[in-house]
Amino acid sequence: MTEPRRTPLFEEHVQAGARMAPFAGWSMPLHYGSQIAEHHAVRRDVGMFDVSHMRVIDVAGGGATDFLRKVFAGDVARLETGHALYGVLLNDDAGIIDDAIVYRMDDGYRVVANASTSERVRSWLVRHTDDATRLLWRQDLAMLAVQGPRAVACFRQETGFDADRLPRFAFAWHEASMVARTGYTGEDGVEALVPASDAASLWRRLAKAGATPAGLGARDTLRLEAGLNLHGHDMDESTPPTAVGLGWTVAWDEGDAPPRRFVGRDALERQRRPKQVLRGVVLEGRGVMREGFVVETENGEGIVTSGIFSPTLGYSIALSRLPRGATGACRVRIRSRDVQGRIVRPPFLRRDGAA
Amino acid sequence: MSETPEELHYASSHEWARLEEDGTVTVGITDHAQDALGDIVYVELPDEEQQVVAGAEAGVVESVKAASDIYAPVTGVVVAANDVLEDIPERVNEDPYGDGWFFRIQPDDPGELEDLLDAAAYDEMCSEEK
Repeated sequence: MTEPRRTPLFEEHVQAGARMAPFAGWSMPLHYGSQIAEHHAVRRDVGMFDVSHMRVIDVAGGGATDFLRKVFAGDVARLETGHALYGVLLNDDAGIIDDAIVYRMDDGYRVVANASTSERVRSWLVRHTDDATRLLWRQDLAMLAVQGPRAVACFRQETGFDADRLPRFAFAWHEASMVARTGYTGEDGVEALVPASDAASLWRRLAKAGATPAGLGARDTLRLEAGLNLHGHDMDESTPPTAVGLGWTVAWDEGDAPPRRFVGRDALERQRRPKQVLRGVVLEGRGVMREGFVVETENGEGIVTSGIFSPTLGYSIALSRLPRGATGACRVRIRSRDVQGRIVRPPFLRRDGAA
Repeated sequence: MSETPEELHYASSHEWARLEEDGTVTVGITDHAQDALGDIVYVELPDEEQQVVAGAEAGVVESVKAASDIYAPVTGVVVAANDVLEDIPERVNEDPYGDGWFFRIQPDDPGELEDLLDAAAYDEMCSEEK
């Protein structure tokens, strides 16, 4: 086994006392002492994450738009410069190879995809590329996510960049950095793609301004409370977007004649109403739901795809693949016990903090 | 660096056991165990008067990361459970050898404690795990 890769912020993590863990070939901070304290810092104040393991691919050339309209199920032709779009890359069977954000830059596009899928995404994109499109795998960038109700103010204080002028999913350049009003926590905030050599000083300045370093553990509980899917758990190459709550990211372009031919379209047409769909489950009894647990509903059995103890809500919540139409009460098998639960529509938490 | 008090007995499954003056045995999980688990969010304790068997499951502790079974270090009857942990499971992180205790057993044979590890042997086992 090869040594895990280090992000440009590795030394910062070690100095901050992080518990490092291998993740998708990278050595990443799991937490810096207390995952729950980090979670609360993001919900109540401001936290920052090193997400430099995310894969950044720039797409350029005269064929870039056509290329992305083919491999991305969202329609990038609708994107204005300075805006971004969340969506999925499908295989021929309409299974999700990855979810990604596509940013429309002046001279092309930037795709930010998951670390865990990066080799698969790479070979898939290369397979569909043509002479009119250039793909550039960026290895020279670091990515920081600053998230929380005070994130924008904290970032402005240290960089002078005011993200308040950006609507959600818009971005702008600040010197050599790309700053987007995006995130994976359900909170306001920014994600900044910065030159690797600038990352450590920015991290230290943000820490001084009160941003709490937060690890992958808190990132997971935050995203789950916000009802956001994680690839490899809540979705994968065997699930079409319509089965995991991401049907809305697919642009069918039905007004167009002929409609856009994106990869996976034909297979997806046949799976517009899959038998299983992604729903939330909240546990009413005691215990913690985990991936793989069986959920019994009035319409049959389903399975937990990711489950946690929610630090904000104080009980266990899960995303689960359940039979279509299942609502109301359910039972979750937690080891030898059956515990009462309730089926809900994610997110589990609204921005104002209400359940 | 995690703490391993000299006066306690240790199971290889990371419980500690302390013989009290009244002859009961108090059980908890070690500092090493709570540190490895991370923030603890849920504890399931045995009922009072429940019979427990050395090496057999007697409870569950769940952290943000994972669930782990708790094994009874000695055979006997549960005479007390630390119900506070049901509401404040983080006590286990804060004070694993004190307020974070799990349950107390009236042992059939206190001599079973001698089958457990001493602090030095437990520390050595933990360092080998790393």
